[in-house]
Amino acid sequence: MILARVTGTVTSTHKDPELADYKLLVVQPLAIDGHDEGEEMIAVDRVDAGIGDKVLVSREGTGARQVTGRERVPLQNLIIGVVDRVDFLNQTTAQE
Amino acid sequence: MHFARVIGRVVSTRKVAPLVGYRLLWIEPTDAEGQPSAKPLVAVDTGSYGDDEWVYYVTSREASLPLRDPFCAVDAAIVGKIDSVDRG
Repeated sequence: MILARVTGTVTSTHKDPELADYKLLVVQPLAIDGHDEGEEMIAVDRVDAGIGDKVLVSREGTGARQVTGRERVPLQNLIIGVVDRVDFLNQTTAQE
Repeated sequence: MHFARVIGRVVSTRKVAPLVGYRLLWIEPTDAEGQPSAKPLVAVDTGSYGDDEWVYYVTSREASLPLRDPFCAVDAAIVGKIDSVDRG
C-alpha cells in the first residue's frame, strides 16, 4: 500500500458497468516524508474520503475484487483507509 | 486507474480469439490536468471510446477483466471516459 492525498473528484458517466456506483477520486502519491511523489492517479473510494484527506491506497487488483465483491471489476487502486497519523520510531508526523 | 487521451487507432484483423470484435486504440497517458505525461501505448477499447476523448485505463491482470473472455493476454484497457475533474 501507499499513502496518498486526495486532490480531486472525477465525474465519469460512460464507464465499465462493473465500476458503476463507485466514487472516483484523484489521489497524489506521497513519499515517506509526506511530500508529493509521482503522478496523480484515479482510485475508487470505499471509506468516504474527501479532498485533502491523507489516505491509504491499495494498488492490487485481487484485493480490490475481494473488497468490492465484484469478481470482474477492472480496478487496481482502492482507497482502503483514511490516515489519522503516521508514527516513526524516532519522530511523530501528525496529519496536517 | 490512470489518465490518458485517445490519440489513434491500431487496426489488426488477424489476432487472438478473445480480442476479435474489440478495437485497439493508441492512448497517451496524461496527468490530472490533461497534459501528456508518458509515452503512448496501445489499449483495448471495451466501451466504444472515441477519438481525442479523455479516458482512464487499467493495466496488468485487470486489463482483461472487461473482455468477454477475461483470460486474454492484454495489459491495458480503457475502462471509462472522464467528464470532468473537480479540485474542490
